Amino acid sequence: MDLQSETIEKIDKLVPRYPTMKSAALPLCHLVQEDQGYLSKEAMEWIADRLDLQPINIMELVTFYPMLRTEPTGRHHIRVCRTLPCALAGAYQTCKKLEEAFNCKVGHTSADGEVTLEYVECHADCGKAPVVMVGEDEYTNITPESAEEFATKLKNGAL
Amino acid sequence: MEHQQHRLIFKHIDEPGYTNDIDCYIKHGGYEQLKKAVTMKPEDICAEVLESGVRGRGGAGFPAGMKWKFLDRKSGKPIYLVCNCDESEPGTFKDREIVHQDPHQLIEGMMCSAFAIQAKLAFIYIRGEFFQGYKILERAIEEAREKNLLGDNILGSGYSCDIIVHRGAGAYICGEETGLIESIEGNRANPRIKPPYFPAALGLYQCPTIVNNVETLCDVKHIIEMGGKGFSEIGTPGNTGTRIWCVSGHVQKPGYYEFPCSAVTLGELIYDVCGGLKPGRKLKAVIPGGSSAKILRADERFTGKLKDGTEFDWGIEDIPMDFDSLMAVGSMSGSGGVIVMDDTTDMVEALANINYFYAHESCGQCTPCREGVPWMRKVTQRMVDGNAREEDADLLKNIADQIAGRTICAFGEAASWPVQSFIAKFKDEFVEKAREQAARRKDGKEAATETTLI
Repeated sequence: MDLQSETIEKIDKLVPRYPTMKSAALPLCHLVQEDQGYLSKEAMEWIADRLDLQPINIMELVTFYPMLRTEPTGRHHIRVCRTLPCALAGAYQTCKKLEEAFNCKVGHTSADGEVTLEYVECHADCGKAPVVMVGEDEYTNITPESAEEFATKLKNGAL
Repeated sequence: MEHQQHRLIFKHIDEPGYTNDIDCYIKHGGYEQLKKAVTMKPEDICAEVLESGVRGRGGAGFPAGMKWKFLDRKSGKPIYLVCNCDESEPGTFKDREIVHQDPHQLIEGMMCSAFAIQAKLAFIYIRGEFFQGYKILERAIEEAREKNLLGDNILGSGYSCDIIVHRGAGAYICGEETGLIESIEGNRANPRIKPPYFPAALGLYQCPTIVNNVETLCDVKHIIEMGGKGFSEIGTPGNTGTRIWCVSGHVQKPGYYEFPCSAVTLGELIYDVCGGLKPGRKLKAVIPGGSSAKILRADERFTGKLKDGTEFDWGIEDIPMDFDSLMAVGSMSGSGGVIVMDDTTDMVEALANINYFYAHESCGQCTPCREGVPWMRKVTQRMVDGNAREEDADLLKNIADQIAGRTICAFGEAASWPVQSFIAKFKDEFVEKAREQAARRKDGKEAATETTLI
């Protein structure tokens, strides 16, 4: 496993703070995923080994928590909230516009590897619906009318 | 009519010039209550919280002081405090603002609470999608540590407690307190059965644990400031303090609005505070307490008796926004998420959307929920896809009735209540959907029409 020294440092600082090693499993999944982009079989085995656990103890978390991934995403990871308040504000139409703009079906990664487009559940910002996340950043009021402009800005690195 | 907000928890939210660093917080009187708290007897703080009558702001509305009273202090095991910042009930968006804009208010409320219950260690369980919020909290905790407001020997009191910020990873069930505890322990978030696993007795690491919502813990700071009695004078008896109503959906001005409990009616909230509906639209339905809450139909009459014996006869607009009134009309104030739907809303699609959510979020532990909730999703999906049957409404109700009350945690109810209430109040639309599709098919047309909500 080739982790950045900063990640190792964070992990070494974090593990002893918890009363049990196993409690650090989910935080370590986050840190390793942030470092590697996803959690490979090798990564899960590494985390298990670091915490004196069995690989299954990590794999059962990865298959339970939706944010943990076993495959890399495209360069931009776009998450469109589709839960009721966002849907009432047009989230499904917003997503259709994004599908067209990036030539990528929702639930997939575009052929050029530029974007992964996903539906996600409520992100707790329903007052500014529809909500779209790109990587770790949140964008609000991405209506069907403004979705195209949003996509153009993202493509041009102007977000 | 103007309705003046009474901002207690959200006092500094969106205030120009107010920043989320510790200097700004202290300049505005921050951490004075923690200084006061550590000079008090822990049991006296607990008594103030009990007297305040503050009810949990996360959904169930259980009195926080009572929850604290159940804490097993005699076991000799360490006590833990957990802040539930999973904020995942659709329609709710208040904790996000506290974390982003006023994180020290939460930390102060938590440290006051931790001292009161004599917790050894505290956790903030923050949902994974709050990437910025996580960083803000981590920084705020370091700032507080530097000033000896948490960590070892807090303000020279001899009391020590640290806060660990623990990130979730996209699972709604982690908002359920025993699922949350499982998640902190490094497991899948499968909720535990109660009894025996009441967190106050057998919680985190099988030790006595208190799990409270972000807003509830912030309330504790204000209870110390104004005293339990002072706090209880806000709102009405049994419905004390303020609540932050998060309004979304078809209103002109969606957003968060803080009022004393009972200070506004649902009608005042929608029409006066949120600027009403879009021009030409009529109110069709409201989900008043997050997507699990039972839906209210705009033309219903609500009659009955309140807990104190007062009789009521309300239209939807007359319902006072508080715990007991919303319970009396058959729904709940839940997490404070008010989802408004106007007359353009297709109720079958709206339910299909909600069912999709719960089917996605069932943890899979209990058979009725694991099998039943995706089944309800399949039925409503089939209905919007053009294969609706007249008997689908009854089928949906039948499935929901067999889930509610038959699961380890309240998720079974959370997933069933929308189905039961949509069918009870809008059955005609579910039957009509099947008839319309049959008619279109007969005319040689595509049975399904374009959907907007699923």
